[in-house]
Amino acid sequence: MDTICLRQMHKNQHGIITAISVAGELGRRLREMGLVPGTRIKVCGRAPLRDPVAIRILDSTITLRNNEADHILVEIE
Amino acid sequence: MQLKMALAGNPNAGKTTLFNQLTGARQHVGNYPGITVDHKEGHLQYQGQTITITDLPGTYSMTAYSAEELVARDYLVYNRPQVVINIVDASNLERNLYLTCQLLELGAPLVVALNMIDVAEARGIEINAAVLAQHLQVPVVPIIARSGFGKDALLSAALQVASTNQQWNPLSISYGDDLDTTLSELIKIITAADLMTETYHARYTAIKYLENDDQIQAKGREISPQTAHLLEQLVEKTADHSRLTLDVYPEAIIADHRYGYIKSLLRQGVITRKFDADRLYTSDKIDKVLTNRLLGPVLMLAILFALYQFTFSWSEIPGTWLKNAFTWLSGLVETTLPNGTLKSLIISGIINGVGGVIGFVPLIMFMFFGIAILEDSGYLARVAFMMDRIFRIFGLHGSSVMPFIVSGGIAGGCAVPGVMATRTLRSPKERMATLLTVPFMNCGAKLPVLALLIGTFFGENKARYMFFFTMLAWIVAMLAAKLLRSTVLRGAPTPFVMELPPYRFPTIRGLCIHTWERTYQYVKKAGTVILGISILLWAMMTFPGLSEEVSTSFAMKRQEVMAAAAPDTRAELQIKKEPLSEQAQALNKAITLIGNEEAEMALRHSIAGKIGISLESVSRLAGFDWRTDIALIGGFAAKEVIVSTLGTAYSMGKVDSKDAQSLSDRLKEDSNWNKVTAVAALVFIMFYSPCFITLVCIAKEASWKWAAFSMAFNTILAYLMAVAVFQIGTFFSLG
Repeated sequence: MDTICLRQMHKNQHGIITAISVAGELGRRLREMGLVPGTRIKVCGRAPLRDPVAIRILDSTITLRNNEADHILVEIE
Repeated sequence: MQLKMALAGNPNAGKTTLFNQLTGARQHVGNYPGITVDHKEGHLQYQGQTITITDLPGTYSMTAYSAEELVARDYLVYNRPQVVINIVDASNLERNLYLTCQLLELGAPLVVALNMIDVAEARGIEINAAVLAQHLQVPVVPIIARSGFGKDALLSAALQVASTNQQWNPLSISYGDDLDTTLSELIKIITAADLMTETYHARYTAIKYLENDDQIQAKGREISPQTAHLLEQLVEKTADHSRLTLDVYPEAIIADHRYGYIKSLLRQGVITRKFDADRLYTSDKIDKVLTNRLLGPVLMLAILFALYQFTFSWSEIPGTWLKNAFTWLSGLVETTLPNGTLKSLIISGIINGVGGVIGFVPLIMFMFFGIAILEDSGYLARVAFMMDRIFRIFGLHGSSVMPFIVSGGIAGGCAVPGVMATRTLRSPKERMATLLTVPFMNCGAKLPVLALLIGTFFGENKARYMFFFTMLAWIVAMLAAKLLRSTVLRGAPTPFVMELPPYRFPTIRGLCIHTWERTYQYVKKAGTVILGISILLWAMMTFPGLSEEVSTSFAMKRQEVMAAAAPDTRAELQIKKEPLSEQAQALNKAITLIGNEEAEMALRHSIAGKIGISLESVSRLAGFDWRTDIALIGGFAAKEVIVSTLGTAYSMGKVDSKDAQSLSDRLKEDSNWNKVTAVAALVFIMFYSPCFITLVCIAKEASWKWAAFSMAFNTILAYLMAVAVFQIGTFFSLG
């Protein structure tokens, strides 16, 4: 199993978050949305200009910009 | 006894729906001082008790990062409601419990309202409320806020909790050995120094220190610098340690443990799922179309255009009624009061001022009704998602698109509701940049002025030029936003991380309450100020007026003309015979011309006129003479006034802004005007200071300081652009 950055994931690909390496406001915002290590995510799709990305996490869909997704490492299934 | 109850929960968890369900129309919206977070309060009678409910802003957590979160937390600790209803979305329980967990750690007396159990059920999620209640040790009541199901059970559970009047009893969660050790040391110091213990439990303060909470740390420093220093040192040591050994910050460890606590709790028979987690729901299927790469943007344009049409064409109907009512009122005053200052004050100052305030009401109502539909249905978040990539380039946010379109991104909008619509943005810097640049768009009031100048000087290519100037507005607004975001509003972008809530049908009740709130706020807060400024502007255009000698000389001129005419002709005018004979028409025209001349003279001698004349040396650089200057000052009241003031300044009497053929001909002949001057004037009119109604709204949404900034910044920017156009154009003799 490979660990890649969330930005590199394809549409409909699943994975488990392994690390989020960002502090401060962004880190906190990600965590309060349920983005913590060990959580399963799925890429739902990207905006027409390929950025931001929409992901399915827990039971909700959240969106984040690609440069924010760069901080998230995912072990893909 | 009055009972204080607070509503807390995630955005999109149905908090507002529950609030509306509980309080109905008995609610009151205000602002927390200094920030634009709504303070909503409502009343309710239940079992003979009067309950005051405060709807706290929707938040995902209780940190100190956003104004909303601070407001929610401060309200809880300082107002100490007897019971807090935490509304959670049953179809998204795990994420929602993250806030619940923090409320429990704060120690607030809680009742959990498990909302949308019907949605959860449809998604195959079954929740055992009793088991959840047992683990959380607070009552859990399943409800459906939309239908009102479970409302009574919820209220009686809440009253039960409130009546026990218990001490705040914080939940303690283990954050792992390292942090727990630090925590107990921190608690010891905090208890010994008695630091903020009357507000927060020592453990809560300790956790907030570990989480690097700015607000708590600043307060600590203020109260006791020594203790604060001690605590900060300890926290830093722990942070360094965890960074070195685990490469994470303590706040991340704390969040992990909170989620761990929630996960273990849910695993103990709280939740059962019938379907696979990856199943596509209706909402996801809709998204496949609405956010499709090709179809998405096309549909978005169609939807936004439809909203725009709905707002501006439908609001015109009640708008016209109001306008007619005010015209009728003016007419009444016109015929009953004698000529003079009082009449002028009542008509031009007061009736026009009140009409100016009320005239916007239908527009604001329709617009917020439309926006509420987009917001409540969940579509607005998708618009932000699709547009973000473009708007980000200019330091804005995907959600900025709505305010821009409403303000005239499609020519003919209005900046007043546009400025108010920036409330949907939750990122402070991006919001401010949007707020300050939306007035650059071509609103409906600028259109007659644009049409006049383009029609006069570029008549052959009218449509093409109109399109060009609409595009120019967008370009200038975007570049100005970029400029602001790299200077006065400098700073890293606010994280975009945002939820795409499932599509839902908005409730009529919710839409109506939302529309009413916004309209009421506009009338109440902006109304009085606008009336005041309207009177002030009237005074500027009227006083000091002509001296008695000059007035008498005009009166004499009139008498001379009258005396020179045949008695029959005079009689014709007096009895207002229809149709007039040729001689009478000529006489009438002569009289009107004298009146126009007098009006021009009076305007020239007014305060506004004097300002206009004194500015001529400066405005010459952009090609404007004093007449244009006065018109531009008049345009501060409302942009369409530019046309009528220009008419008066050119001694043409009353010029209708919609049909200004005579003024157009006059400008064409004037040696001061040519194509270059026209473009310079167009540029200036598009971008100079917003009208004062917009400024009042900016002041109410941000502050008077920002309103003043907007006025100065836009005027200077517009002036520089107009000078550049005029000088370059004249240099190459393009006129």
